[in-house]
This record gives sequence, C-alpha cells and structure tokens, in this order.
Amino acid sequence: MTSTQLIEPCVAATVVTPSPTADSEALADKYAGQTPFVSIQNVSKTFGDFTAVDNVSLDIYQSELFCLLGGSGCGKSTLLRMLAGFEEPSQGKILIDGVDMTGIPPWDRPVNMMFQSYALFPHMNVADNIAFGLKREGVPRDEVKDRVAKMLELVQLGHLGKRKPDQLSGGQRQRVALARALIKRPKLLLLDEPLGALDRKLREETQFELINIQESLGVTFVVVTHDQEEAMTLASRIGVMDQGIIVQTDEPHDMYEFPSSRFVAEFIGSVNIFEGIVTEDERDSVRINSREAGCTLAVNHGISCAPHQHVHVALRPEKIRISHAHPDQQENCISGVIEEIAYMGSLSSFRVKLASGKEIRVTRPNTDRRMAERFTWEDKVFLFWDEDSSVVLTS
Amino acid sequence: MTDLTHPRLPDTDKDSPGWLRRKLQPLTKTRWGRFAVVALPLLWLAIFFFVPFMVVFKISLAETAIAIPPYTSLLDWDGEEGLLSLSLNLGNYLFLVEDSFYIDAWLSSIKIAGISTFFTLLVAFPIAWLIARSHGSRRGLLLALVILPFWTSFLLRVYAWMGFLKKNGIVNEFLLSIGVIDQPLIMLQTDFAVYLGIVYTYLPFMVLPLYTALEKLDMTLFEAAEDLGCRPIQSFFLITLPLAVPGIVAGCVLVFIPAVGEFVIPSLLGGSDTLMIGRVLWDEFFLNRDWPMASAVAIVMLIVIVLPVMFIRNGKNNGEGVS
Repeated sequence: MTSTQLIEPCVAATVVTPSPTADSEALADKYAGQTPFVSIQNVSKTFGDFTAVDNVSLDIYQSELFCLLGGSGCGKSTLLRMLAGFEEPSQGKILIDGVDMTGIPPWDRPVNMMFQSYALFPHMNVADNIAFGLKREGVPRDEVKDRVAKMLELVQLGHLGKRKPDQLSGGQRQRVALARALIKRPKLLLLDEPLGALDRKLREETQFELINIQESLGVTFVVVTHDQEEAMTLASRIGVMDQGIIVQTDEPHDMYEFPSSRFVAEFIGSVNIFEGIVTEDERDSVRINSREAGCTLAVNHGISCAPHQHVHVALRPEKIRISHAHPDQQENCISGVIEEIAYMGSLSSFRVKLASGKEIRVTRPNTDRRMAERFTWEDKVFLFWDEDSSVVLTS
Repeated sequence: MTDLTHPRLPDTDKDSPGWLRRKLQPLTKTRWGRFAVVALPLLWLAIFFFVPFMVVFKISLAETAIAIPPYTSLLDWDGEEGLLSLSLNLGNYLFLVEDSFYIDAWLSSIKIAGISTFFTLLVAFPIAWLIARSHGSRRGLLLALVILPFWTSFLLRVYAWMGFLKKNGIVNEFLLSIGVIDQPLIMLQTDFAVYLGIVYTYLPFMVLPLYTALEKLDMTLFEAAEDLGCRPIQSFFLITLPLAVPGIVAGCVLVFIPAVGEFVIPSLLGGSDTLMIGRVLWDEFFLNRDWPMASAVAIVMLIVIVLPVMFIRNGKNNGEGVS
C-alpha cells in the first residue's frame, strides 16, 4: 500500500492517481509482506500557529533510499528532525523497526543523522570525530580503532585521519560527516541536504558514491533535499512534500512520468500544462478539448472524472516532436511559431507560441550536428506527440 | 623631442607639484606610517608604564631613610674624594624571601584569587550561556544588565555589600524572619565576604569573554553529539567546555590578575586575618612608610603574575600553530 492512500480523505481526493497504478501496485508488491521499517502514523507538528507537518503518514521499508523532496518551509526538515528525535510530534507517532519512538531521546534512538552543515566537532581531528559515537557506546579501544580505520577506507579518507575539520575541503568534510554518522551502524541514516554544500561536479560524483555505500551497507537512508535532480538520482522512492503534507509518494520514474497533481508535475522537471474539458471518457482513453492548445488532446489512460469536467493535461517538453511539415495525425498536433531557441549543447530548447497565445517549451536532443540549424526564429512549426506521452491531472 | 613610446617616470618630472609627495609616498606608506601607528601606544607605555616601573624598581633597591621622599638615593657623590658610588640594596628582596609573612601573604592572595576566580567562572558560565542562546533585543538587554553595575562606583557597590552582610544587615534579618537561623550569621569580615565581593565585582570580566566564545558555537554541534549517543551532560563536557576554552582562559586571566592584587575588597569586607598582598603593600607604604620594601613587593608581584600569563599566552599561540 502506498502512503498516498493512507493520507486523510480530503488530501486523498486531490491525489487521484492516474492509471499507471500498475507501477504503484508493482511497488506495493515489492514490499508486500514486509513490515515497514519506519512507520510515520498521522504525525503533525505545530510551532505556535504554524503547522509545519500536517497529519503525515508514511511507510519506509528496509534498505530503501527514500527522498523527502520539497521547497523550503514545506516541512521536510521538521519531519526528519522528528525521526532523529530533536523534535517530538505534536500528534501521531513514529515507529522505527516496530518500536514506538515517542519520548525516546535522540541518544537512545537507533538512528544517526548527517547534518546539512556537517556539524563536525572543530576541536577533534577526523579520526576522533568518526570515533565519537563508538566511544560513547563504550566500545573497546582496539575495536574503535579498527572500525574507524575501515570507515576511513570506505569514504576514501584513509590518509587524513589526523587532520582537523578546518583543514579539509568541502567534499572531504562531507565524507567525514557521512563516516561519523555510519560508524555506529545505525538502522536508519538521516541525511539533511547531504550534497547541498558541494559544487556541481563533486555533487554528481558523490551522488553515486552515496548510492554505492547505501547499497553495500544495506542501511535505510532517508534523505531530505530541495533539489529534484538529486532526489531523482539518489532515491529508490521519493515523497514530495508541500505545505506540511506529502503530496505524492512514488519511484522517481513514476513521479516524473505520472505526476498525480499539477504541483508535482511542475515541481519536478519542467512541464507544459494545457487546460481543457473532457469530451470523451472511456476505460482506457480520454479525449479532451482544449481551446488553449487549439486541438483535441488524446490520452491513452482512463481517469475517474465527471463528464465535461475541467482538467489539466501535463506534457513534458522532451516528449514533443517538432517538424516543419504537417504530421499525419490530427489529434495531439498543434502549430505555432518559434519565439526563442536555446542551444544547450546536448539538447536544444525551443519556445513555441501558439495561435491562442500560449507558449510551449519543447526540447530536442541534438542527435546530429545539423539538428539545431534546421529550425530558426519565426519558423512556423508543428508540434505533435503520442497518446501515451501526456498525463491528465484532475487537480 | 619627447619620446612618447616610453612612459614618463614620476621622478624625472621634478617641476610638477606632486613630485615631493610622490617621492615621500613609499616612505610614509611603509616605514613612517607603520612607525607612527605603533609610536603612540609605545610612547604611552613608555611614559605611563615603563618609566614608573623603573622608578619603582629603583626605589626597591634603595634603603629607607627619614627624609622626603623616605628613601636613600642610589647614587652618592663624595665631592672631597671625587668618588661617585652606586649602592644597590638587595636586602628588601632578601627580606621578602626570608620573612615568611610575605610568602604567606603571596600564597594567601593567590589562594583567594584562585578560589574566587573558580567561583566567578561557575556563576558566569550559565549567564554567558543564556545570553549567547538568546536572540535579538533580549540578548542586548541581558548584555546591558551585565555591564550596568559599572555605571555605579565600585567603592559604593562594595560598601553596599557591607550593608547586606553585616550582623543586622538585610541577609541576616531576612534569614531570622523566616526562621532559618535563630542568631545572626557572622559574614562580614570573613574570607567568605571577600570571595563574595570578588565574584560579584569581577563577574562581568568573566561573562563577556565567555559570552564571546559561546556565542560562536554552532548549536547543531550539540544535536550532532546527542545524535551520536551523548546525553546533554556529556555533550557539555565533550563539546561545550573544550570549545569554550579560549573564553575561559581569557576570563580567568581577567579576573585572577586584578584579584591577586585586590586591596579595596579585603579591606572593606575581609577580616583582620584576611592576608592579601595588596593590603601588605598598602601597609608598607602608608603605615610603615617603608617605600623600598613596598616597591620590592610590587616588583615581585608583577613578575609572579606576568610570567605565568605570558606562559599561558605562549602555550595558546603554540597550540593554535599546531592545529
């Protein structure tokens, strides 16, 4: 069962999962019979008048790399801090490995956290920073030394054990923070914007290292991030949060291809949204009349909606094909004028203005060198796409 | 004809008004400028510290005399023999070492200052912590409250404590009225009153450097420590205390040094048996009129205090160099 179905009715109404439930069901099957490792049950957190987290229910399974994704102030960090024990839920409860965490302080939880600022102890060297958690547990000195050495190897900092944090680069500090959080072999590792402070190139490298470490150790990761790209690459599952509620929980692929709401569609990646009215609603296809698009939009999945309901159709820029000649299809085909071209190397991005005044973004991979030169400003072009390229959003 | 391809050197154009300034500029920018900046404080130190220090040092090597000023001069000119004699009297210093009174006064001063410094630290730490953890106008208000006592005369404030601590003072009357004690406690003219006076007076000197050190601490460090299995009390000793060391050292030095030489507080609040070097100094000067002896006490006091402090500072610098 996915968490979207657990959310209270009024939220659930806005989260009408479109037909790709086949995938969601596959996911449910994947974890079928498993008890959730982390179970967040109807958790709310209020600070005075402000509701940071609003009745969230979420199950996270063993060895998942779960990403909480959302803009600033959406409640994702508060949720993470409640898992760590720095905040107590105002309502609801959190179970980790079947144990109710209510009233259990951070130092007694089987959870470790990697902080956004890394929070390395400035007066201790790298090895002491990493050993900190083990020493508090009273692990024998020799074992501490062994495990620290192994951990330093794992994060490829074997030679830097004697350095102080302020003598390290940003990337090295990040690894120390990770090593320090992992050394106690926590059942659950919480990562708050783990790559936020790194530059782009380093971030890309570290992403994959993080995944490798997660897979080799089998620890359950919960990552908080505002960066959708980071979430897409890292996560086995993403939960998108907005204003204290989880709007959608899905695997990265489904989240991108089958967003359940306009918010998710627009939050993750870029998207073109058409407004329209349902004219034909069958079991596995819908036809929508959109004045904005100036054509009939055909979508090959069914939706549960009233006839003549007002809906939105989401269409990703890379799903649209562009040509000078009229393609041999009437539906899902619109024409317009190229307003703007952005050449980005691997792909080109076009902004096409339709007769209705609506602007559509189209991206095309530059598969051959001449590709970009074929289209130029003020060209009249046809845009067309397949029936399975777009998604109908009822909210 | 002027060769336009070569840029004109400033020195070659001696007629332009800026020539002299340009010529002087490198000088003012480097040596003279720096000298001028350093000269003022150096001059200040020379006139108001070094010269008086040498005068005191000179007096400490003289002998007492019934004269004005009450000591012999070091140089003696015998006109008949044409003999200029310099007599240095080390007797004062020898006497300081021989007479256990002075050593006792020293040790007692250091003990009282040390204990007071420790208690000042104990009281100041929570205050500094609270200020460092509060925000905005609250922080400003608390800091102002710490500094506020300076607006009243130090002497008045110590006198006020006499009013609190005396036999029929406020503290005793309060304790009697609620029945905790049935006869007044003797608090005034005890070492306890001296400790209290020093802690009270020097508290701001401890709070401010501590506040500066604690204010810089990143709160997530404590969360990280708790996350790694530290109870709050452990994270205090493992994280807060080590990171507050610079503030603790600065505060202790600021309290300890003046407390060792403290004169007013032991005189007003202490008993006749409260032995402190500041009082000894006063007595030597004004009761015994033994200026050379008093000067010797002052010189030794300076050396005994300054040397350890320099040592601490050196140690600190070395530590920073290594890290």
